[in-house]
Amino acid sequence: MDNKRRKFLKMAGATVLAGISAPALVKLSSTSAVASGEGGHEAPAASPGNAGGHGEEQPSGVRLGMVIDMRNFYQDQGLLDKAIAACVKAHNVPQIPDPKSEIKWIWKTGFGNLFPEHSQKLRSEKIKNSQFPALCNHCDNPSCVKACPTKATFVVEKNGIVAMDFHRCIGCRFCMAACPYGARSFNWQDPRPFIKEYNADFPTRMRGVVEKCNFCGERLALGLEPACVEACKGTGAIVFGDLNDSHSEIRKVLDQEFTIQRKPSAGTMPSVFYIV
Amino acid sequence: MIEKTLKGKPAYWIWLAILGSLIAIGWACYFRQYAYGLGLTGMSRDVSWGLYISQFTFLVGVAAGGLMLVLPYYIHNYKVFGRITILGEFLAIAALVMCLMFIMADLGQPLRGLNVLFFPTPHSMLFWDMCVLWGYLLLNLLCGWVILTAERKQVPPPKWIYFFVYLSLPFAVSIHTVTAMLYCGLPGRHFWLSAIIAPRFLASAFAAGPSLILIACAVMKKFANFDVGEEAVKKLTTIIMYAVIINTFFFLLEFFVGYYSEVPGHMHALEYLFFGLEHHGEVYNNLVPFMWTATLFNFAGLGILAYMKISKMFDFRLVTVAAVLIFLALWADKGLGFVFAGFVPNPLEEVTEYVPTLNELGITIGVWATGFFLLTLLYKIALGVEHEVEE
Repeated sequence: MDNKRRKFLKMAGATVLAGISAPALVKLSSTSAVASGEGGHEAPAASPGNAGGHGEEQPSGVRLGMVIDMRNFYQDQGLLDKAIAACVKAHNVPQIPDPKSEIKWIWKTGFGNLFPEHSQKLRSEKIKNSQFPALCNHCDNPSCVKACPTKATFVVEKNGIVAMDFHRCIGCRFCMAACPYGARSFNWQDPRPFIKEYNADFPTRMRGVVEKCNFCGERLALGLEPACVEACKGTGAIVFGDLNDSHSEIRKVLDQEFTIQRKPSAGTMPSVFYIV
Repeated sequence: MIEKTLKGKPAYWIWLAILGSLIAIGWACYFRQYAYGLGLTGMSRDVSWGLYISQFTFLVGVAAGGLMLVLPYYIHNYKVFGRITILGEFLAIAALVMCLMFIMADLGQPLRGLNVLFFPTPHSMLFWDMCVLWGYLLLNLLCGWVILTAERKQVPPPKWIYFFVYLSLPFAVSIHTVTAMLYCGLPGRHFWLSAIIAPRFLASAFAAGPSLILIACAVMKKFANFDVGEEAVKKLTTIIMYAVIINTFFFLLEFFVGYYSEVPGHMHALEYLFFGLEHHGEVYNNLVPFMWTATLFNFAGLGILAYMKISKMFDFRLVTVAAVLIFLALWADKGLGFVFAGFVPNPLEEVTEYVPTLNELGITIGVWATGFFLLTLLYKIALGVEHEVEE
């Protein structure tokens, strides 16, 4: 009798334990499946023609991207300043003088810095003396999203934007080490005193979190263009649109022009293209 | 058993008082950092990890190094290590506590630390690192305590504990492997993107951990009437020598790959570490003196140990000197150079150098002092039990 009871209790205990842990297991395995899906590993094999530097295409859904036509910026370097100023204003980006603590969403840099994997030998004066815009590439296979231990940075499934949840970020800075483009900035101190012109439509950040370009997700939701795109309106310097829509303007530009991406060897499949 | 920590000679209390004041300084510095933000450190947009993460990385190795005492005793039934196995387990506990404190010191939003548990993310190596670090800490607490209690009662340890002892062996390897994977899985960081990082971490860990135990044994011999025995020391020096040689070999392979292939990305960090990196007419060479000192110490320590083996002489003081040299060399290699050089140059091929601030050093020393405080208490308990059994 006693033996039976003992056996029953053992069985009951084991069942309860299994019941408790099963959802956790399911949760763990399902998140990993979603994660690898957004990482692009699950994408069906690309047709041979598509396997080039521009990366594989997702079969469905929107993937927002950008073409930066440097020919417009060579002529008018002030245009880049306008685009940067628009971004700073739209996102309350603090202007911190110390380069060590700088917060940068879109910024100016040289060709050699932007494309270190390209040869820098015997470049034309035009390229050597011009400033290029650098920003988050909103990669199809973002290494920052892979690295983040809290999913505070993630791919927005409906448009492919690599977004940030400033309230979930623990400030471990793993994403900064993981990003091959140096697109991420950390708030080493309270950024609010360094905001020159406060915009009430976008949240300011607190110290201790990472931030970066968000492709103006908040403006897109209102039917507006990204701030930098709007600042260059009429010039065609920055073309923004859906890379998965073969009839979009950006795809027409990509069909006609020779474009390059930053560090294709990193395998992150950037969504920002440059016409140099 | 905790009562053993409450009785000691004046030297014991003076030592604890010194550590206690360093801990107090550490906390004062931490409150400053907590109030202002990580801007009080020398870290920057380009070098986004500094001393905290580098010390964390090194100390994970020290914790894993305890394996070199536990494994011979439990797997190969090497009885000579019977008296010091517990030292390896307790060292792992102290080292892991330091690791976790360094992680907390490094977080921009420490109060959100539990988000790692609330939103478990298996594709992040940091998630797995948390799992194995906590797992190894709990395993060592359990095994150390149960086995020491059994020793005190002079009965054999309960059979079930061996399951956890054997489980702790792969865990020791996993903590340093996963810590290496934090680095070696990142695209665009050439210095870290190398498959030899994990084996190299393990090799240097298996030298650093036992070296620290030898140093502790020397201190305890002088102050606590604890003699570990010549045979155990000799065996430990053999283990340390092999581990140092393998680590050096792995490091030289990195040099070969970089300088023979002449792929710039593979050379930059090594150049920065050992010769200074020239960039736009300026030479960046902060770490060069540290790395060459480490190289010297590495070979000097190895030389002393080798000389003693060849000439068949034994001098515990000389062994201690070698252990100190090797420990410092490995600290400079992994606790400074490895992490800092990974950020040079940055992804846009600009160079920013990292110099820790005084406040940051205060916190770092405070954490180390906390670890040594804990280690002292744990070793005091272990020795107290041994002395009690002997009486």
